[in-house]
Amino acid sequence: MAGSGKSYLEGETGLWSWLTSLDHKRIGLLYFFSVAFFFLLGGIFALLIRLELFSPGALFPADMYNRFMTYHGAVMVFFVIIPGIPAILGNFFLPLQIGAKDVAFPRLNLMSWYFLMTAAVMALCTLLLGGVDTGWTFYTPYSISFKPATILMAFAVFIAGFSSILTGLNFIATVHRLRAPGMTMNRMPLFVWAIYSTAILQVLATPVLGITVLLLAMENIFNIGIFDPALGGDPVLFQHFFWFYSHPAVYIMVLPAMGVISELVTTYSRKTIFGYTAIAYSSLAIAAISFLVWGHHMFTSGQSEVAAITFSVLTMLVGVPTAIKLFNWLATLYRGSIQMTTPMLYTLGFMFIFTIGGMTGIYLATIATDIHFHDTYFVVAHFHYVMVGGTLMAIMGGAFHWLPKMVGKMYNESIARMSFVFIFIGFNVTFFPQFVLGNMGMPRRYHDYLPAFESLNKISTIGSWMIGFGFLIALYAIIQAIRSGSPAPMNPWGSKTLEWTTASPPPHENFLTTPTVTAGPYEFK
Amino acid sequence: MSSNSQHHHFAHHFESEEHEYATSKEGVWLFLVSEILMFGGLFVGYIIYQHMYPQVFHEGAMHLDWRLGALNTIVLLFSSLTMVLGVHFSQLGDRKKAVTALAITILCGAIFMCVKYIEYSHKIHEGLLPGAWYTGETHGLSNMGLYFSFYFMMTGLHGTHVLGGMCLILWVLLRANKGEFNSHYYTPVEGVGLFWHLVDLIWIFLFPLLYLVG
Repeated sequence: MAGSGKSYLEGETGLWSWLTSLDHKRIGLLYFFSVAFFFLLGGIFALLIRLELFSPGALFPADMYNRFMTYHGAVMVFFVIIPGIPAILGNFFLPLQIGAKDVAFPRLNLMSWYFLMTAAVMALCTLLLGGVDTGWTFYTPYSISFKPATILMAFAVFIAGFSSILTGLNFIATVHRLRAPGMTMNRMPLFVWAIYSTAILQVLATPVLGITVLLLAMENIFNIGIFDPALGGDPVLFQHFFWFYSHPAVYIMVLPAMGVISELVTTYSRKTIFGYTAIAYSSLAIAAISFLVWGHHMFTSGQSEVAAITFSVLTMLVGVPTAIKLFNWLATLYRGSIQMTTPMLYTLGFMFIFTIGGMTGIYLATIATDIHFHDTYFVVAHFHYVMVGGTLMAIMGGAFHWLPKMVGKMYNESIARMSFVFIFIGFNVTFFPQFVLGNMGMPRRYHDYLPAFESLNKISTIGSWMIGFGFLIALYAIIQAIRSGSPAPMNPWGSKTLEWTTASPPPHENFLTTPTVTAGPYEFK
Repeated sequence: MSSNSQHHHFAHHFESEEHEYATSKEGVWLFLVSEILMFGGLFVGYIIYQHMYPQVFHEGAMHLDWRLGALNTIVLLFSSLTMVLGVHFSQLGDRKKAVTALAITILCGAIFMCVKYIEYSHKIHEGLLPGAWYTGETHGLSNMGLYFSFYFMMTGLHGTHVLGGMCLILWVLLRANKGEFNSHYYTPVEGVGLFWHLVDLIWIFLFPLLYLVG
């Protein structure tokens, strides 16, 4: 079918045409705007948390602080990091990178976005019902307090999960069925491999979260007692169920980030990726192992020693495929022609921060040290080093890398670099002191602390302002590019993957003639 | 092959009807996998508590009427047969027979729900309710409600799926009645059929676990 050649941004315009569009590129941008909004919201809650912790004593009432903490976690996890890379960049670039005209089920794709929006509206409505103060983990029995806000939040998470499942299902079918002629599995870009592995996790893990929050809601509505010790139920079962999803979910958050990094590291080193097969299959390995490690969240919750040791060993095993990726990226950099563009800076930032995050994970996987670190700021710092340092660095790097393709405009390199400087330094200033605080024994989630912890908390809060400022610069860089950036050529970075062989921005049909693939994705000389 | 008799045009991102059919079917299978994992959570919970409190589950199952459970099992198994026939006749383009088979399938679903209604109202009347609401005989066990928590959660979630399945079958029935399906295009009937079989299959596991363990 010959296309008109008009870009996907032209043709039908107006809000309604976007809200009903089945084009994966437009849906990707819908996700971009909504996730960016949720990120702003979650970020404001984060700044409020840090403001409270700037000095000892209560600035906000303790109850209000508990809500900040819960909404920061819930919004960031369920509405920012989980949909983040797959739903924005995955939606936009997965079909392009495999030479497809769209995802397998475009209607379902749009429906997934509406599910996420419904969930978001429900989650925000809980604020009107007095707010949720359970933390994003909804641990029982505290969460069985028969508050309508908790019930509504449980349903919101259920529906957000539905959105995630349907997106994953769509991507699996797309990868299996819609690859262009010659695009064998072993010629797929590594970003596609990462999104594919993530999609498997989304389909297999999220339903368990679904039934868990459904049981939690029933517990709150009908008092069924499955998680309620007063009625013979077991609150630890909730933790098992919750982490059976939420640990794989950690990899739903970070695997796509690793995919982005693989793309960026090869493009901006101008060199074929080192160890393509190892990187591709390590994504699947991480996905597989991630189902067997949930117990490391529960070393202090009363599980058997045998279980604890098994989970400890399995957890450390995740380090192997992760290290495989990292070493292959380093080997790709070696003797490459490295270009210090903004995406490359974010890539190097990712490697630095993620390595610290991964290494500190070993402390938490080791049973003896975990007893000391459990529920302290060490865990908070570790988690943020992996998720924020990892995923957000990759989102930002990927956003700048693909911005010319998405909107057809170039961004201003020096402004964008400035965003990296503030976010990277701000991030480390915020979270590195928290490792020390955790080691000193400062417990997580409390609204107040002993005076001994004051100076490090002050540094941490100042860092949070730097991160906020950095994101404002990044936002400015993106707006500036869209408004007055110079037109982007088809392939400004000299990348080798398929999305760069079509116009910037791409036409509605993606490719005017379906490409035929004859070689791997990274054929740099 | 001439394609003059068909009205269905496959979507622009597919190469052929077969391509679209195979992809859609894979999508349905993936969805069924996620359904199994969702029910899987309940099954795991059941196994754990059954292991912890075998007496509670034994006493609980004694309160169920296995004959009604068996009746519903037969009804659902029969509906699976009529569903297969519905797919078969849709594929052949036999409008009348397809509609009849699908209508019988919906009827079976309705019979199943009626039997469930009788069972539920009996239990509500006897106070055999989940968790804190349990007011039936306790046989000296303090947490008899736990069994009925699982009973109502599992059959409730399953019943919701039966109702959903009936709506879906009604949807393909109306489309079959318009003569939309033939050997080139019967994907929706096939997909709904797969879903219906899964709903039956889950019941096949629920029946012995809930009714026969006593």
